[in-house]
Amino acid sequence: MVAVTKLRAADRHGEHMASLESIISVRGINKVYPGQVHALKDVDLDFPAGALTTLLGPSGCGKTTLLKIIAGLLEPNTGDVLVKGRKVTAPGPERAFVFQDFALLPWATVLRNVGFGLELRGMAETKRNEIARRYIDQVGLSGFEDKYPHELSGGMRQRVGLARALAVDADVLLLDEPFSAVDEQNRRKFQEDLLRLREIERKTFIFVTHSIEEAVYLSDRIVLLSRRPGRVSQVITPQIDRSGSPEEIRRDRAYLDTVEEIWQGLRQFVD
Amino acid sequence: MDARLEDPVAAQMAAQPGEAAHSRRQNLWWRLASIALFFGAWEIAGRVPINLAFPTFSATVAAFFEMVGDGTMLKAYGLTLQPLIVGIVLSAVIGVSTGVAMGLRKSVEWMVAPVFIVLQAAPVAAVIPMVTFVYGIGLTAKVISVCLLALPVIVLNSYKAVANVNPSLVAMCRSFLGSPWQQIVKIILPDASPVIFAGLRLGIGAGFVGIILAELLITPTGIGDLITYHRAVANYAHMYAAIASIIAFSALTLSGLQWVEENWVRPEKRGS
Repeated sequence: MVAVTKLRAADRHGEHMASLESIISVRGINKVYPGQVHALKDVDLDFPAGALTTLLGPSGCGKTTLLKIIAGLLEPNTGDVLVKGRKVTAPGPERAFVFQDFALLPWATVLRNVGFGLELRGMAETKRNEIARRYIDQVGLSGFEDKYPHELSGGMRQRVGLARALAVDADVLLLDEPFSAVDEQNRRKFQEDLLRLREIERKTFIFVTHSIEEAVYLSDRIVLLSRRPGRVSQVITPQIDRSGSPEEIRRDRAYLDTVEEIWQGLRQFVD
Repeated sequence: MDARLEDPVAAQMAAQPGEAAHSRRQNLWWRLASIALFFGAWEIAGRVPINLAFPTFSATVAAFFEMVGDGTMLKAYGLTLQPLIVGIVLSAVIGVSTGVAMGLRKSVEWMVAPVFIVLQAAPVAAVIPMVTFVYGIGLTAKVISVCLLALPVIVLNSYKAVANVNPSLVAMCRSFLGSPWQQIVKIILPDASPVIFAGLRLGIGAGFVGIILAELLITPTGIGDLITYHRAVANYAHMYAAIASIIAFSALTLSGLQWVEENWVRPEKRGS
């Protein structure tokens, strides 16, 4: 019962965002893994077009499971995923995934890895290389086209993963803890670049993380998931002025208050 | 090129090829030194002599060139290579495709895996007389001997390679809309290739064992005949030359296979 009232409060909170057209909706998602592990319970969510929405919660709350269900990589036991109002059950061209462990082909160069999504679609080599080079440049990896993944640092590898997802020109980018295998310095730089990239690429982002600071720094909307079985416990819309420098944002009053508010919300789920 | 070198990381990476070539050269010297040491020890042991039937290295080399000169070596290899190549090609094609099918489909795994697990454990030399009994002493019997030794390790390695493919890469291929066929050709086979090639190297090595066993146990032909004949007439230098030449030939074949893997299949493993 408590959860239900919280859910309603959350809806009201995110009302002005809901007035935006939602590009992805999930309805009544339940996921039970073999062995009666109830990962997700009755999850209803809307993801507004053009916004960056973060799924945040303690480990094991099912946030990655939810993202993979949206991606079509996992099937829910019940419930639907709607993309632009159409029900989907498999991966589609309107969604692109960025993997936590990068999932790069070790035997392929940066250029081929970035163009791999296009290669699978049967695009001619010269054309896909041209597009790949553009996105390699955009993520700041020019000059590394002919390197292999093992010659790159963790941060650079994830830039390749991001460029690959951008290259297929999907409307929605799904990022599964993309910075968790990247060291702290690179992580910050990467977050800053991601904000800059959002201004160039008008895309919808759905982002999974367990870092409160990261979520607040990047997101238009933060969905807090409860501990297993994961359900939506709160939706927060940080009102942060992101026009300043990264340092200014990180010292911004609203930024710090939101981090605190989320911590208070998540506290109950920590042992 | 110049613009790249301003970046310290890029500069460091650009420096790597030279270093790699340097360490490869050093590697080669060590290898040559180790071979020289081995032949030196052989020469000394032959001169001591540790046994009347143990020739020196130099006598063996002389015997080798004598046999190359009078054509017996060439004729012997002509006879040995025929069943060996047929057997190895058959084992590679059947072995890799069976193993890959086992890795992809549980039903194939259950049907086929026990046969090869038993075969791999079996002392195949004991089975070869039985092969003669059924298939006679011709080419077929020898090809089967090669396959009996080479197939199990090729099948089991290919199977394990495919079963252990990185699931994240498979998910990546699916999420970027790869078809099941693309998943096999562009993800599973290349990702499995190092272990498949390891199986092929072991399998081809076993194939050499198979052909020599067949030539010693079924009917003396080719290199097996050279070994048996020169042992019978106490031409030990010639016998050793035949043995050493087939060992060297086998080693060269396996290095050639490694070269193919590094240059055509997994270029990122070159020099590492």
